[in-house]
Amino acid sequence: MSTPKHEFISGARDTFPLLLGAFPFGLIYGALAVTSGLSPAAGMAMAAMVFAGSAQFIAVGLVAAHVPTAIIILTTFIVNLRHMLYSATLLPYLQRLPQRWRIPLAFWLTDETFAVTVRRFQREDGSPFKHWYQLGSSIAMYLNWQFWCGLGLVMGDRIPDASSWGLDVAMPVTFIGMVIPFVRNVPMAVCVLAAGASSLVTLGLPYKLGIIVSAFVGIFSGIITARIAEKTGRRAAA
Amino acid sequence: MSANEWILILGMMAVTFGIRYVLFALADRIRMPQWMASSLQYIPPAVLTAIILPAVLLPKGEWELSFTNAYLIAALAATGIGVLTRNLLATIAVGLAVFFGWRALLGTLL
Repeated sequence: MSTPKHEFISGARDTFPLLLGAFPFGLIYGALAVTSGLSPAAGMAMAAMVFAGSAQFIAVGLVAAHVPTAIIILTTFIVNLRHMLYSATLLPYLQRLPQRWRIPLAFWLTDETFAVTVRRFQREDGSPFKHWYQLGSSIAMYLNWQFWCGLGLVMGDRIPDASSWGLDVAMPVTFIGMVIPFVRNVPMAVCVLAAGASSLVTLGLPYKLGIIVSAFVGIFSGIITARIAEKTGRRAAA
Repeated sequence: MSANEWILILGMMAVTFGIRYVLFALADRIRMPQWMASSLQYIPPAVLTAIILPAVLLPKGEWELSFTNAYLIAALAATGIGVLTRNLLATIAVGLAVFFGWRALLGTLL
């Protein structure tokens, strides 16, 4: 029998591998923030208030390049648009919750918590407390992220070349681990290959727009492949 | 913190929270058609892949299709382990270990 407490702990526990992936990523963010010219307080405030790893990363890169504030905010918007797609996916499961639940779960919605939580929601065991699972995952991610970003800021302040250690490899490696479980059938494989190819031919687009364009290329490729598979399957059966 | 830093962070917070919250806020008034619901499953792998490939093939903003690119070697190792074990922790741990191991190895050879 599932209880809120049990769901909360399971959510935090299932997020553990992603905490490991976030640790070098947080450290390098902190180190980069210091070298970008942002004050340590601003670096910490960004982690605490924005709480979006890849957007924070890109933002400090743009701060270092003296890009105007309005452009950095616009880039943040574009890089984070994928979260709207995540919230659309979770919507049917959270629809009946009051706003006092929806607001914090939205604030804490990250790639990692989404990837872990969506699988919990899709398991049909009738538990009425699955949102506690998401809360557990969210709080684990948040506390872990604040800790490593803070340590990275201190480190960056003390060790000037910390940003050249290559800790940024944590992001692609973590994301690879997150993508693999999704690739269970041909349409999904086509989706991933198409999005990957598109991300390489759209590199010239400004403001990281290639990410959004490639997402749509991947989605359409997946849908079309699924349609074709459905039709040939039906014909084979007939 | 300077005024400009506040503007930057509050602006980033507003757009990020806005994106994450807008659909939840309107949840009671939205009904999603079936075709849209079934196409949503493609979004996370598509977006994540579009972030991964440039990060490992152009780690410093320039193409690096070479065995000296430790990001690429680590990504290949992580993919291999991930497909074989389907274990997230093993995938991340092996990816990180191969990255730093490979760089150390190159450092002693080159």
